[in-house]
Amino acid sequence: MAKGFVVISAERCKGCGFCVEFCPTKVLALASAFNSKGYHPPHVVNSDKCSGCDLCGMYCPDFAIFGARNAR
Amino acid sequence: MSDTLLEVLPEIPEDAHNPVEPFLRMDRMPHIWCPGCGIGTTVNCFARALQSSQVDLKKTVIVSGIGCTGRVAGYANLDSFHTTHGRAIPFATGMKLANPELNVVVYSGDGDLFAIGGNHFIHAARRNMDIKVVCVNNMIYAMTGGQTAPTTPGTSVTSTAPYGVYEPTFNLPALAEAAGASYVARWTTFHVKQVAKSMEEMMKKKGFCFIEIISPCPTLYQRRNKMGDALDAMKYYKEASKVRNGAPTSETTLSKTGEIVVGKFVDRDRPDYLEVLKAQMVSVLGDRYTEPENSCCEC
Repeated sequence: MAKGFVVISAERCKGCGFCVEFCPTKVLALASAFNSKGYHPPHVVNSDKCSGCDLCGMYCPDFAIFGARNAR
Repeated sequence: MSDTLLEVLPEIPEDAHNPVEPFLRMDRMPHIWCPGCGIGTTVNCFARALQSSQVDLKKTVIVSGIGCTGRVAGYANLDSFHTTHGRAIPFATGMKLANPELNVVVYSGDGDLFAIGGNHFIHAARRNMDIKVVCVNNMIYAMTGGQTAPTTPGTSVTSTAPYGVYEPTFNLPALAEAAGASYVARWTTFHVKQVAKSMEEMMKKKGFCFIEIISPCPTLYQRRNKMGDALDAMKYYKEASKVRNGAPTSETTLSKTGEIVVGKFVDRDRPDYLEVLKAQMVSVLGDRYTEPENSCCEC
């Protein structure tokens, strides 16, 4: 059971890759799919490892992702 | 769009929302900044600092000048003012004098604050006006097409210096300290936690506070200098930055590819402008001095 989760607003993303690069547990990867503006948003590849630290949310220049800890 | 993007993991609560949303005008998103521009990251940190410092948002105002960073005021969900080029600090000074209860934050870029607004900056620091200045330093005039700014490091190629910049640059923390600022710090957009903490300290500190945040400009600075994209800039910040809290600001000069000294350099207490004003008036006028009435409405 993961300690946290991330929520991605794919349509707001501009594909800079900060969240993918600086995720301490490497939860994210850039998707091969496009959003409607032609950017590759991140998607979760390793959801079990997410600690909910919200570092992706702090790095995101487009307010398109955030992490949070699970209630339990 | 493939289904993987919309996949919602079962454990995500339905009411989960981005913690910065209440501090931003989300109806204006997506913002105008380029993919990978660091300004959004600094705004993200600013929103978190507003949250953690628990300042009264009704009494917090944000003033921006002109430029890419000048757009921040339009995205912050505070009373915000987008002023003329370089005049963010005099505007903020006027607001602070008219209503000393306000927390006044100036959020602008290096071109705005240190080129056309350079004189205002040093005089506000000299007077120790109780305003908080955040300077996002992307090393260039970005919005107008990549012209040389007073902060562009030597040998960089810009649209007005096709053979490379040869002028010496401003060392912003040294300038702020020499002019008399109470709080001086520098971070990069890689140091998100530190930026948020510094901004929180700044909101609680009295006097002139200055934070410089080095930020990537992938479109106009890095592209022309063949320095890669924003992620390459962030990796460079990670490798080249050295945290030296309390370092003498004479040692914090930036270069194009050299070491970036970051940290909190100055944190001192000086009487601010309004205190000095009052003390002088009381000593000269005695009982004849009356406090100016705060004419601003309670709203």
